[in-house]
Amino acid sequence: MKTLSAKWSQAGRAWGACLALILMTHAGLGRAQDAPHPVIPDTLQQRIAACTACHGAHGEGTPESGFFPRLAGKPAGYLARQLKDFQLGLRKYGPMEYTVRQLSPEYMHEIAEYFAAQEVPYSPSPLPRVTAQTQARGETLVMHGDPSRQIPACQSCHGSQLTGVQPDIPGLVGLPYDYLSSQLGSWRTKTRAMAAPDCMAEIANRLSDSDITAVSAWLASRELPADMHAQAPGTVTPPLRCGVLGDKEGGV
Amino acid sequence: MKRLAIIVVVVLLLAGGWWWFRRDAQPPVSPSTSKADAVSLKDPALVAKGEYLTTVGDCASCHTAQGGERYAGGRVLPTPFGNIPSPNITPDHATGLGDWSFEDFWQALHSGKGRHGEFLYPVFSYTSYTKVSRDDALAMFTYLQSLAPVHAPAQQPTLEFPYSVRSGLKAWRALYFHEGEYQRDASKPDAWNRGAYLVQGLGHCNECHAPRDSLGGQEGKASLAGGQIPAQNWYAPDLSMQANGGLAGWSEQDIVDLLKTGQSARGTAFGPMADVVAQSTQHLHDDDLRAIATYLQSLPPRPATKPEESLLDTHAIMAQGAKVYEQRCADCHGKDGNGVAGVYPPLNGNSSVNEPTAINAMRVVLLGGFAPVTQGNPRPYSMPPFAQQLSDADVAAVVTYIRRSWTNSASVVMERDVSKYRHTPID
Repeated sequence: MKTLSAKWSQAGRAWGACLALILMTHAGLGRAQDAPHPVIPDTLQQRIAACTACHGAHGEGTPESGFFPRLAGKPAGYLARQLKDFQLGLRKYGPMEYTVRQLSPEYMHEIAEYFAAQEVPYSPSPLPRVTAQTQARGETLVMHGDPSRQIPACQSCHGSQLTGVQPDIPGLVGLPYDYLSSQLGSWRTKTRAMAAPDCMAEIANRLSDSDITAVSAWLASRELPADMHAQAPGTVTPPLRCGVLGDKEGGV
Repeated sequence: MKRLAIIVVVVLLLAGGWWWFRRDAQPPVSPSTSKADAVSLKDPALVAKGEYLTTVGDCASCHTAQGGERYAGGRVLPTPFGNIPSPNITPDHATGLGDWSFEDFWQALHSGKGRHGEFLYPVFSYTSYTKVSRDDALAMFTYLQSLAPVHAPAQQPTLEFPYSVRSGLKAWRALYFHEGEYQRDASKPDAWNRGAYLVQGLGHCNECHAPRDSLGGQEGKASLAGGQIPAQNWYAPDLSMQANGGLAGWSEQDIVDLLKTGQSARGTAFGPMADVVAQSTQHLHDDDLRAIATYLQSLPPRPATKPEESLLDTHAIMAQGAKVYEQRCADCHGKDGNGVAGVYPPLNGNSSVNEPTAINAMRVVLLGGFAPVTQGNPRPYSMPPFAQQLSDADVAAVVTYIRRSWTNSASVVMERDVSKYRHTPID
């Protein structure tokens, strides 16, 4: 009995394979002839056309203008949090808030992982003309901060090579001047915020206008390190308490 | 003598006006003297029933601010008369419903009056909720009272005069509000009655899916016949499934699919309806969804609109639209406009493409977006926004093209219409 049923099942499988082949061939012919119905790939990239229309199929962004930021290679935790922050209205930009408003945490993580895993070469973006003095001020702020105004060095959180730290801290090199300066500005105007305590809002408010120009110009013009990947988790000790890094408001 | 008569008439009118418009002030009922007993207000079965019903009513959608605590209020609802923030309905004593009795809650839901008898603004859709049964209201109240209290003080509405005068609502109510629970129609099956109860009452579908007059009222307007949502700038389509209806050609299963998963063979939910599906209808029991479909099937046929003959020569705009369609749309929606089953919605015969204002088609082209995430569709496909890539003229052309191709024969869209919605703030 056993062998018989096994034989039947084998035969069934063979027939099934033939049938599938015939169907596939027919489908293929049909498509070649007129194709009224598009064939849509079942891929995440296809599903997220709403994202890639502006940020690029691989999250390359628009480096020439800096308007649509690059997403490729940014830490996944950071990217997922940005989507969440647009949902919560902590980050304000109508089209992004509209696009992400109904996404689930699971789907946002999947989308974040997709862009985090993309390896796209960095392309140059336009640089502002600034004085050597401004560049020097920028370098000082990035590498050492300004203890007299309680401004920590960018490096102290964003990594020794400024390429970010897994999983939550983004890199700062390879970003356009316009993007960097507008982000620091938006922390001051409260159109970009994070879970409290919002350490970046504190820092942005301690920077002067000319400091923002200096930091952004120096970062945007810095030669890129050979390895642009974010540093390993736990390799920095942030000097400020940051809600996004798990600190609670009012904690020690 | 004549002057005296005039003065007397004016005084009488003022007094009459005061008498008619005065607040129907009354003291609230304290929870301790309430007829709803404290034991049943803790009954887990009643809490569960209430949770389901508040989901059907989508209460959280208005009573939760963006990024705020659920049911703690603070979402600012824009209306043509001003902005009205929703109140906190968690049981916080100082700022929520903590001191409310069931009688107070019933008075709000059923009669549209606050705890002290003040008239509530009809942005709180008591015009629909008045149909909710007392038993269901008790379950909802029980559920809301079981929530963790959140301290969230109410914000004040920013209404223009004369809308800022609450007592003026008395006149509005006389014109537009008919207090009364749903009355079942014994000649109709149970499923139909259940569907009618949900659609007309808690579901408050008419609040968007019917036209409003300049005072925001819906008196004398055809039920569920479609309407532009004031201040939000979307068009909620006609829901009749019969001849010339917005859902003509839809099956019962299509309705159930759309409400449960956010998409159906005939269309996909987007804009405010995507929120409704994600927050509310996807959680409804299947028999309730089928009951809703049963009721919608009974809506009457609509008068035929004759295909609009444009005075303009539409050849040029149609040719331009066809070009844009071929480049930007056909890969997903198909040359035949029939979409891809389970992935991209058809545009051919789609009520949101053919609705009278063309707002939906214009805004979807400009904004793109994801179908709602639901249990049935956890990783939805999406549409790219074309606001950055297409000029007003191109959007007008492609929207005109999809509105007048295949079986569609809706009106032409002008460039100036597009520029109006390009800058519409996002809800």
